[in-house]
Amino acid sequence: MKFSDQLEQRFATMVTHYPTKRSVLVPMLLYIQDELGSLTEEAIHEIAQRVELSDLEVRNVISYYSMLRTRAVGKYNFQICTNVSCLLRGAEDIFEQCKKKLGVGNKQTTSDGLFYLEEVECIGACSWAPAMMMNYEFVENLTAAKIDELIEGLKKKEQQ
Amino acid sequence: MAYLVSHPDEVKVVSKRFGKGATSLDRYLELDGYKALQKALTMQPDAIINEVKASNLRGRGGAGFPTGMKWSFVPKQSPKPKYVLCNGDESEPGTCKDRLIFEHDPHSVIEGVMIAALAVGAKTGYIYLRGEYRYLVQIMEKAVADAYARGFIGKNIFGSGVDLDIFVHSGAGAYEVGEESALMESLEGKRGIPRIRPPFPAVVGLWGGPTVINNAESLASVPHIILGGGEWFAKLGTPKNGGTRLFCMSGELERPGVYELPMGYNLKKMIYDVAGGMVKGKKLKGVVPGGSSVQIITPDEIDVAMDFDSLPKVGSMLGSGGVIVIDDHTCLVKFALRVTQFYQHESCGWCIPCREGTDWMKKTLVRMHSGGGVAKDIDNLKYLAENMLGRTFCPLGDAAAMPIISYVQKFRSEFEDHLNGKPCPYEKAAQPVMV
Amino acid sequence: MADITLTVDGKKLTVPAGTLLIEACKGAGIEVPFFCYYPNLSLQGACRMCLVEIEKMPKLQTACTTLVAEGMVVTTESDKVKQARKSMLELLLANHPLDCPVCDAGGECELQDMTFKYGAAESKFMDLKNHRDEQQWSPVVYFDRPRCILCYRCIRVCGEGMDVWSLGIQNRGPSSIIAPNKEDHLECEECGMCIDICPVGALTSGAYRYKTRPWEMKHVGTVCTHCGDGCKTTLGVRRADTGMQIVRGDNRDKSGINGEFLCIKGRYAFDFAHHPERLPQPLVKREGKLVPTTWEQAFDLIAKKFQDALTSDGPTSIGVIGSNHTSNEENYLLQKFARLVLGTNNIDHHRTADFPAFASALAGKQNTTASMRDVFSAPAVLLIGNDPTEQHPLLAWQIRSDVRLHRAKLYVVNSSAIKLHRQATSFAQIVSGSEGNFVQFLAGNDKAADSVVSPNLTREALTTLRDALKNESGLVIIFGSELRGADVKALVDFGLAQGAKFICLGDYANSRGAADMGLYPDMLPGYAPVLTATRYHEEWLDEIPPIPGMNLLQMMDAAKNGKLKALYVVGSNPIARNNIDPFALSKSFVIVQDMFLTETASIADVVLPVANAYEKSGTYTNTSGDVQMLKKAGEFAGVRNDFECIVRIAARMGYDVHKLVPFGGAGTRADMGQTRGAQSGESDRHAVWLASHNLEPKMSPYDPTAMLDEIQRLVPGYDISRLNLLAGQDVHSQLVQITGATGMGDPALIMPANDSLFTSGTLGKFSDTLNTVYERYSPPHDLEMAADYDPQVRMGG
Ligand SMILES: Cc1cc2nc3c(=O)[nH]c(=O)nc-3n(C[C@H](O)[C@H](O)[C@H](O)COP(=O)(O)O)c2cc1C
Ligand code: SF4
Ligand code: FES
Repeated sequence: MKFSDQLEQRFATMVTHYPTKRSVLVPMLLYIQDELGSLTEEAIHEIAQRVELSDLEVRNVISYYSMLRTRAVGKYNFQICTNVSCLLRGAEDIFEQCKKKLGVGNKQTTSDGLFYLEEVECIGACSWAPAMMMNYEFVENLTAAKIDELIEGLKKKEQQ
Repeated sequence: MAYLVSHPDEVKVVSKRFGKGATSLDRYLELDGYKALQKALTMQPDAIINEVKASNLRGRGGAGFPTGMKWSFVPKQSPKPKYVLCNGDESEPGTCKDRLIFEHDPHSVIEGVMIAALAVGAKTGYIYLRGEYRYLVQIMEKAVADAYARGFIGKNIFGSGVDLDIFVHSGAGAYEVGEESALMESLEGKRGIPRIRPPFPAVVGLWGGPTVINNAESLASVPHIILGGGEWFAKLGTPKNGGTRLFCMSGELERPGVYELPMGYNLKKMIYDVAGGMVKGKKLKGVVPGGSSVQIITPDEIDVAMDFDSLPKVGSMLGSGGVIVIDDHTCLVKFALRVTQFYQHESCGWCIPCREGTDWMKKTLVRMHSGGGVAKDIDNLKYLAENMLGRTFCPLGDAAAMPIISYVQKFRSEFEDHLNGKPCPYEKAAQPVMV
Repeated sequence: MADITLTVDGKKLTVPAGTLLIEACKGAGIEVPFFCYYPNLSLQGACRMCLVEIEKMPKLQTACTTLVAEGMVVTTESDKVKQARKSMLELLLANHPLDCPVCDAGGECELQDMTFKYGAAESKFMDLKNHRDEQQWSPVVYFDRPRCILCYRCIRVCGEGMDVWSLGIQNRGPSSIIAPNKEDHLECEECGMCIDICPVGALTSGAYRYKTRPWEMKHVGTVCTHCGDGCKTTLGVRRADTGMQIVRGDNRDKSGINGEFLCIKGRYAFDFAHHPERLPQPLVKREGKLVPTTWEQAFDLIAKKFQDALTSDGPTSIGVIGSNHTSNEENYLLQKFARLVLGTNNIDHHRTADFPAFASALAGKQNTTASMRDVFSAPAVLLIGNDPTEQHPLLAWQIRSDVRLHRAKLYVVNSSAIKLHRQATSFAQIVSGSEGNFVQFLAGNDKAADSVVSPNLTREALTTLRDALKNESGLVIIFGSELRGADVKALVDFGLAQGAKFICLGDYANSRGAADMGLYPDMLPGYAPVLTATRYHEEWLDEIPPIPGMNLLQMMDAAKNGKLKALYVVGSNPIARNNIDPFALSKSFVIVQDMFLTETASIADVVLPVANAYEKSGTYTNTSGDVQMLKKAGEFAGVRNDFECIVRIAARMGYDVHKLVPFGGAGTRADMGQTRGAQSGESDRHAVWLASHNLEPKMSPYDPTAMLDEIQRLVPGYDISRLNLLAGQDVHSQLVQITGATGMGDPALIMPANDSLFTSGTLGKFSDTLNTVYERYSPPHDLEMAADYDPQVRMGG
């Protein structure tokens, strides 16, 4: 299996950064997931071969990290932080609003495959709570209006 | 992207370049960048360590271990290569300061890592960023590439004959990986399970080589110490607590944000003056002064100096610098549940007390909060936490246990209000959260 | 290392520096409880059961990861410590299903025992337990997550111990779960070590699950009957309508030569004993068909046919083929029967190694053979040929453990990249078939290297290897059947020069015993040539026929030519093993003693159903010469053991059985039970008592101990401690040949069995377990280990 040229390039440089091959595993898995949407069986086998590990060992690693997944999710990954700093500033209401507006529950993808909703642990935006991540983008100081705007905006963008 | 705030009481050292475009290498150089490194290249390793010792810099990652002392534990001679590892896993709830440093002043971390490397004789440094900080990977990789391009990193840096490599490494979502030995496991491409200690990383670390692990803020402070002198830095704070610290103020405050204040700054002032006090209509109920793993203190305990030695006197700790202010509209059982849910989710699962203890605390709190609590639950919670404390494999277990003990001790009545089918007094309709 | 003095519970202890506190305590008789700690596996510190108080340390410390230090003061059972342990148990039990009444491990569970001790039975918790359904990972391994306490022993024994790495851990926190390598099933060596090592009932055996409770079984530690390594296996037996049924094999009793180890065969492949095709009564051929008969009629017929052949064509018209599975006593008896009762040297067996050449090369030198235990502690090992992982699983374990725990050097010389090359300090991949030349090269013949070198292996590498080997002291040299005759001699000479010890690898459980006991046409027990006067000649009043007999292939030729009137096959299957045309035997009267209608038995004229090694007592000698006692465990109604059959036939032929088996003495005639019943263990225990008082228990001609007496008296190297044998220990025999012999035996007659980890000749054919595991048909490949695995780093060593 081959990855995109850019990723292949990245892999080739990264392996030179460490004394052992497997050290590239965690970031590489994340980058592969970014490219493929999820860590497929084929990708797991491929990376296992490359870093000289068994597929099992790679799976052991994947299942440890909460950002790594073996099944694809929606195009826009809404990760709402409900940890304490956000909780204090109404994160639960924000989360409920997203649920209602998207019509999905925690860890579910909308039927059109566009939105995935997930409640997550602290994302490091405590002083700008409540906050969320949309894919890798931080959206902070959330309000009900801001959420509406964000979702509507994305829906519109997709219709075009 | 994160919003900058400022206050006249601030003493800007680590944050002095925030908002000034220092991500650009040229701009960084204009703002005294890499001068400390060049100075360090002229110093003996012991002199660097002594300067850091003199600064009374204590680890900003949470435990507050004196940084200079840590460096001095690294053996001078080692058959295996030595490493410096920057801990940018920042995941402690309530903490969002390292992110600002990476975002606004990436080169200061690089420079700090390099000085640490010179001090201990390492040839390679790694900067580990939590997976969620993906945008920072780009920023840091660019900063590293720029510095390589100028010959600041790599072979024969600044013509000194010294070779030094710096690499950026991304995590993929795991709080426990912030624990130093789990961090090394993760960097080595493994599950983030902590290692048995001793030996400590300074002796046996990455790939078996001696390794210095420091928090990003600790390392970003180092260039300033080298340039300004350890004594100057020490004087900014209180005795034994040198320098300034980035405090992350969160909760229902008028002006939440990250402020750089001298060590030992008064907490009450921090809340009511620096952060503008509680938002209108809300009253202070308690403060968690050092990230979610430390003990809560009550409003009558907040007249206290924010340093590693004063907070223990009111039964809490300085921790990671995340000051979480709890208002009177918040249910403390709910708060306890959310904290416990975090530790249950983030426990690596290696040892029995943490793995099983957090799970049962969470189950108990979910039930209590949704109205199913019975009288013995409160003591059970405390019993669970007390039996985790000091008995787990790594400090995460303590981090999960300490807050719960303090909540029950200081806010027992709130727990009692949830017993025997009583709905949560703070909620319109009580409902359990994510399971 | 220097000694360290510390105080534990008020006792002063002195132990070597580098000792773990938990071991120091154990040595002083202070039990510190543990789950995750396991001797010889990497340290975990995960279960927190071993917490103890150490003076000057604010927190409790794990005894399993703490090294002793000078002046350390330790308390192992204070109230604080007890409370800590109790709470760990409470936490474990909180999520444990508490289904002990139906759990296989009930009664043998470390969690139960610990709870009993620390009293954490009261439940503080009222919330739902996390449930997961039971999973079947292979025909022999089941996993029940709710019972699992995550001690990681299974993962470590599979990876570090077996070098298989097929278990891992997935997810984190409370949802952590042990996972097999193929997502929902296992592909591995199916050794079952994970089941044995599991302290609770999370991993259970497909062969044993829900069959019975531990206390309903009798547990008998005997010797595995599959390969030549001689592992001790503990058989759990229970009454059944066919006698005593073996329901479980395991390694609870770790006192054997194999320590922790057992492979799939030792653990599960006892099931041939209760295969539905097992013969329950003697058969005799009538009108071309084998039909049931009585024992009396069968013995009469056999005796008559032997007498007829002797009368009409003389002793050379009868042939005898012995077995690699029967006991030493039976083998010895069989050759004595052939030589004295039938008067012929026509006796042989399926040879799988050149033991005669080996014995002759050692030429009576003491202390030159290595025992299986020696391999575990040898500073260096040279392995030429063979694939121990497949053919000698225990030996492979010993080598791996030696490398892992003692950092021993391993030199592997093989024509293929056998799995042990992963442990090798140096691996020389030689051209297939050039093992002999390699040895000649070692011996100094540089020209011999020509056929050894390949693109994988340069001449320089070979020379470096030879130099390195010459510098190894304490070397153990192990070689397979690739080396025979003169090559064995060359190798032995090379090794002896530097004080090496040797192991010659033969297949099957007692092939070494068959060779040592003289199942050869030209050699008596102890490789004594039939032609020279020996102590056997004295003892047996010169009844040994003065000419060498026919070997196995010659006997088959004679049969084809109508010259072999009768053939007596005991526990062997030459038609299948030696590729004999069944038609060749049509002119001879064929008697077969076996458990099943094998290819050979099905063309026999009389078939006697016999007991297997799990159903009798006696001794076995493993491939490295370690002698061990078989203990009777199972019983299959209707069968008799080979020993009894041979004696009875001799008696029917009018031979004085006293001359054959030196039993009795002062006129005692009672069978004390050695030959029958599940209570044979009782008599074994009684036998220990008798032997320790210099009394002789043998009271019937069917008592193999009587034969053992003669073996010990006459066979060189077998004058070993009887007491140790009776106590169930392995005793190394010295391979010292009667002096004056030259190399004998025809190397061409050696045919390796080529069994794999999942086959075992006829026994394997009738083992459902061996036949149902997937890996038998598709050997596991994807058994990579972590590229940079080094427990010393993670665990900070
Ligand atoms: C569960 C746990 C999580 C931690 N997470 C972090 C973290 O995210 N960032 C950090 O700098 N230190 C973290 N630490 C502290 C580190 O183990 C370590 O003490 C620190 O990185 C050392 O740097 P310092 O001396 O500069 O503080 C954590 C510790 C524990 C026990
Ligand atoms: S306390 Fe134990 S289970 Fe928890 S994170 Fe640390 S090692 Fe893992
Ligand atoms: S035996 Fe020491 S922690 Fe498990």
